[in-house]
Amino acid sequence: MTALTIAAQDSATMLGRELKHTLRYPLILIGSVLGPVVFLLLFVYILGGPIGDGLGSAGRGEPYVDFLIPGILMMTVAAGTGPTAINVNTDMTGGIIDRFRTMAVARGAVLTGHVVANVLRTLGTTAAITGVALLVGFRPHASVAGWLAVAGIVAAFSFALSWLSAAFGLVAKTVAGANSASLVLQFLLPFLSSAFVPAASMPAGVRWFTEHQPFTPVVESLRALLTGAPVGNTAYTALAWCAGIALVGYLWARAAFRRGTR
Amino acid sequence: MGAMNAPTTQTTRTAVSVTGLRKAYGRAVVLDGVDLRIGEGEIRALLGPNGAGKTTTVRILSTLIPADAGTATVLGHDVRRDADAVRRLIGVTGQFSAVDNLLTGEENLLLMGRLLHLPAARRRARAGELLDQFDLAGAARQTPATYSGGMRRRLDIAMTLMGRPRLIFLDEPTTGLDPRSRHLMWQIVRDLAADGVTILLTTQYLEEADQLADSIAVLDHGRIVAEGTPEQLKRRIPGAHIRLRFADTASLAAAARTLPAGTRDDDGLALRVPHEGGVESLRHVLSRLGDGIVVEDLSIHTPDLDDVFFALTGHPSKENDR
Repeated sequence: MTALTIAAQDSATMLGRELKHTLRYPLILIGSVLGPVVFLLLFVYILGGPIGDGLGSAGRGEPYVDFLIPGILMMTVAAGTGPTAINVNTDMTGGIIDRFRTMAVARGAVLTGHVVANVLRTLGTTAAITGVALLVGFRPHASVAGWLAVAGIVAAFSFALSWLSAAFGLVAKTVAGANSASLVLQFLLPFLSSAFVPAASMPAGVRWFTEHQPFTPVVESLRALLTGAPVGNTAYTALAWCAGIALVGYLWARAAFRRGTR
Repeated sequence: MGAMNAPTTQTTRTAVSVTGLRKAYGRAVVLDGVDLRIGEGEIRALLGPNGAGKTTTVRILSTLIPADAGTATVLGHDVRRDADAVRRLIGVTGQFSAVDNLLTGEENLLLMGRLLHLPAARRRARAGELLDQFDLAGAARQTPATYSGGMRRRLDIAMTLMGRPRLIFLDEPTTGLDPRSRHLMWQIVRDLAADGVTILLTTQYLEEADQLADSIAVLDHGRIVAEGTPEQLKRRIPGAHIRLRFADTASLAAAARTLPAGTRDDDGLALRVPHEGGVESLRHVLSRLGDGIVVEDLSIHTPDLDDVFFALTGHPSKENDR
């Protein structure tokens, strides 16, 4: 066997392990769906009215739910970072990563397993959220190619954030610490993006940040694809950010993995 | 394992060879020039208190962390340059059981089998064998959350053995176990050794090293301060004595006059008489006392490894945490 097939085989073994965890203890998966559903209902039925009215022409005359759902989908992607950081940290602090490191297992296969498992989980949770969104009146106008592009961006963004949260999980001393680090990705950056209101409606300083942070092009390209609006370059900007975050997260995680637990 | 096996002498092949191993974390020196040679098939105990550097030594030899200086080869492979070759030959069971808590006992073993790239049939056969051997067959389909401490440790060792390693590192394998589980673990170690597996065992229990090891290396503050068989180490301190206890001070005083080599312990109403071992020496002491002096109690004290540790390091083993 070549090094590459061994790496693929070991990563598949680790992926199988992580998926088995997920299916056996689905509570975490349910949590990753319930969180975004709560936000969805909150914004559609309670906050959505005044926000939608307030947006006026900035909302492009669409119902607020159509503006909102791409943002909720992005939050759903980000919600996967918590479990990933927690799971990686549990492996690290529980000693099983040290066991893997004393075996002739392809380096990093356990991390690849966690990352790919989270991408698969996220495709599932975003599909579930899309179903809920349709029930509450979301009316997308995406073509088949558009839907595929949406799935692609969701997967790419999830892949990038997964590597970053794997690094969080490796460097955090405790499970609680790993989870706290992921809260920036789960809440802070989504709220400071154009997920809920357009950047144009924000105060100047916040607006500058919103326009230049990675979550905004991701949600903008999802929104354009789902509403059938012209996508322009935002999708490329989003993918470039995904590539950059994935690379930084991967290199950070790899270094932390090699360093091990002191 | 037939009669053809070479006798264990100087000619045994080297399983572990360590020279000048050093490791520091910042200004805290953990290993300060450790040299070690372990022959194949040997059980070697690395004995020392917490913070002596035992776990660090194991972590370096099992390729988990790099040393700052020195060389270490395991079964002929350099732990740094040829780490994967080392990993293929060793098994490690650490102080805290590294099992997957969300998988069942059997699934844990099968996971190891997959990572060792064993064919499916071999994986199942080996897992079943180990579950039986370690008395875990009944709990094979439960997760370790339902296991006792001893069961977790046994599962941990079973996972380590899935790939039939030739050298096993056991880092404090009985710390935190109840006496029954400890004795079970000792039997497991002896069985492994009987199969020809080389074992490096760390422990802070002197009795454990005495019970299991062919030879002991005493580690203190990152240095090996003594090495030898348990018997050799015990011989290094002259501590054997007979302790005689009396009913009153008058008897003690009379005995002390008769046996001037003894040391008086007035508070304990006892006399400590040097004892070279053997029945003759004992008979001699008793005949000197005669019928006139009534001895309430007699005990023979042979030095244990605690005494050795004190003699070698100048401090007791227990009050040595950093």
